[in-house]
Amino acid sequence: MNFYNDLLGISPVLIVSLAGLIVVILEALFKKGETISYFLSIISLILAGLFAIYTYSMYSTAFNGMVAVGGYASFFNFIFCVGALLTILLSKDYLAKRNINYGEFYILVLFATAGMMFLASGVDLIITFLGIELMSISLYVLAAFARTDPKSNEAGLKYLLLGAFATGFLLFGIAFIYGSTTTTNLKVISANFQNYQNDFLFWLGVGLLLVGFSFKVAAVPFHMWAPDVYEGAPTPASGFMSAVSKSAAFGAFVLVFIFGFNGTNEQVRYAIAIISVLSMALGNIIALSQTNIKRMLAYSSIAHAGYILIGLASANELGKQGVLYYSLAYILMQVGAFGVVSIVEREENKALNINDYAGLGHRKPLIGVLMSIFMFSLTGFPPFAGFVGKYYLFASAVQAKMTWLAVAGVLATLVSVYYYLNVVINMYLKEQPAEVLNNPEQEKISISSAFAVLISAIGIFIIGILPTLVTRYFEKLF
Amino acid sequence: MIPLSWYLFLSLILFTIGVLGVLIRRNAIVIFMCIELMLNSVNLALVGFSSYIGNEIGQMLVFFVLVVAAAEVSVGLAIIIAIFRNRLTVNIDEINLLKW
Repeated sequence: MNFYNDLLGISPVLIVSLAGLIVVILEALFKKGETISYFLSIISLILAGLFAIYTYSMYSTAFNGMVAVGGYASFFNFIFCVGALLTILLSKDYLAKRNINYGEFYILVLFATAGMMFLASGVDLIITFLGIELMSISLYVLAAFARTDPKSNEAGLKYLLLGAFATGFLLFGIAFIYGSTTTTNLKVISANFQNYQNDFLFWLGVGLLLVGFSFKVAAVPFHMWAPDVYEGAPTPASGFMSAVSKSAAFGAFVLVFIFGFNGTNEQVRYAIAIISVLSMALGNIIALSQTNIKRMLAYSSIAHAGYILIGLASANELGKQGVLYYSLAYILMQVGAFGVVSIVEREENKALNINDYAGLGHRKPLIGVLMSIFMFSLTGFPPFAGFVGKYYLFASAVQAKMTWLAVAGVLATLVSVYYYLNVVINMYLKEQPAEVLNNPEQEKISISSAFAVLISAIGIFIIGILPTLVTRYFEKLF
Repeated sequence: MIPLSWYLFLSLILFTIGVLGVLIRRNAIVIFMCIELMLNSVNLALVGFSSYIGNEIGQMLVFFVLVVAAAEVSVGLAIIIAIFRNRLTVNIDEINLLKW
C-alpha cells in the first residue's frame, strides 16, 4: 500500500482529529463559538462515518502494519461515529440547562472519539496504548466538566486516579510482552504464538493486560470507579463513557486477545469467564437496590460488560460476532437510556430518582414509549437488539463447551428484569407527583434531543428485527 | 555488563512501591506521584528489555509513555485544583459525596 492509500484507510480518524483541532481554534477566536462548534462536530462525525463505510472493503493494515483499516476497523469507526453523534445531539440542551454551555465539550468528545478509533484498530500494542490514553484523558476532563459542581469534580478525580492506576498495569503488561516476544506487533506475536507457550514473562504480561482492560471495561473486581463516575459526570457524557468507550475497549480486547494471542489458552479463558460471571452477578444484584437512575444504569453497565466478556471467554467465531453486534446494540440502547435521563433531568441534579419517573408515560407519551423500548432492549426482550446480541453471546458459550457460562448469563438476565421493568412500571402505573403537574413547563423537550433518542430507538428496532443487516458485515473482517 | 534481571527487579520494586502508595496514602497529590512512579518503573523495564534484546521499539515506547504521563499530570492537577477550589481539601477520605 502506498502512502495515500494509508491516509485514506485512516481517514475517519483524520477527519475527527482535524475537526477537533479546528474547533479548538474556533473556540479561541470567537466568544460565542458554541453553535459553530456544535454544527462543525456534527458535520465532521457524519463525514467520518461515511468514510468509514467507504473504506470498508480495504481489509488491510496501514503504516507498516501499525493500524488495521477496513473491515473490523471500519465497523468500529462507524459505530463510534454513531455514538458520538448521538451524544453531541443530546448534549446541547443539557449543557444549556446545567449552565455549562462551553464548546470544549465538543472538542473533548471529538478527541475521545479519535482515541477510540485508534484503540479499536491498533494492530500494534503501542497504538493500543496511545488510543486508550487519548480516549481516557479526554474522558477524565468530560467527567469533571461541570467545574463548579462538587459531584462532577469528584467523578473526574476518581476516574483519573483509578484510570491512571490501571494504565500502569496495562503498560507493565505491554513491557513484559515486548520483553518476551521482542516485538509489539500483534501480527508477529500471533504468527509465532506457539513459541511463547511456556514463557513465564509472556503470560505475566497477558495477565497484566487482562487487568488493565478489565479496568477500562469496568468488570468486577475492577469496577469500583464506574458507578461514582457515571453518577457524577454530566448525563450525556455518562452515556458516552459507559457505552461508547466501553465498546472501544472491547474492540481492542478482541484485537489483542483473539487476533493477537490466538484466543489465548484454557486458563486465561477461564479467568475471563470468572470475571464475566462476577460482573453479571454483582452488577445485577447491586442494581436492584439503587434509587438513583444514573447509578442503576451504571451498575447495569457493569453487568453488560459481563455479558460481552462471555464472547471473549468462548473466543470462537460466534463469540467474536457477538461482541461486535452487542457493541452496536449496547451503544444505541445505553446512549438512548442516558439520553432520556438527560431530557427528564432538571437543573442542579434534580429528577434523577426512579420515583421521579412516576406518570411520565402519561405526561410525555413519546418519551415514555422510547424509555420502555430501551429498558426492554437492555433486559433482552425480543424483538429488540438486546435479545439478538444476548442470543449470539450465549450461543457462543454453548459452542465453546462452556454451557455453565450461558446458564449464568440467563440467570443474571432474569434478575435484571426486576429493576428495568421497575422503571416502566413507575412510568405507567404510578400516580404523577403533584408538584410536576402544577408546573408542566418544567419538562420541555428540545427537538435535537428527542431526535437523537428517537434515532437510537428506531436503530434498536431495525437491527433487532433484521440482524443480518449488521451481521453480514462480519463475514470478512480482515 | 549488568544482567537483565537486575533491571527487572528494580523496576518491579519501584512498581510495587507505587502500587502500595496508591493504596495507602490519602492525599490526592501523593497518590498522583505514586502513579507517576509506576509509569517510570515501566520505562525502566522497557529500556532494560530494549538494550537486552537489541532493538529500539522499547525505547521508542518510552518516549510515548513520557508524553502521555505529562498530559495526564496536567489534566490531573487541573482536576485537583478544581476540587480544592470547591471543597478546600485534597484528602480523598473527605471527598465522598458519591457512594452507594
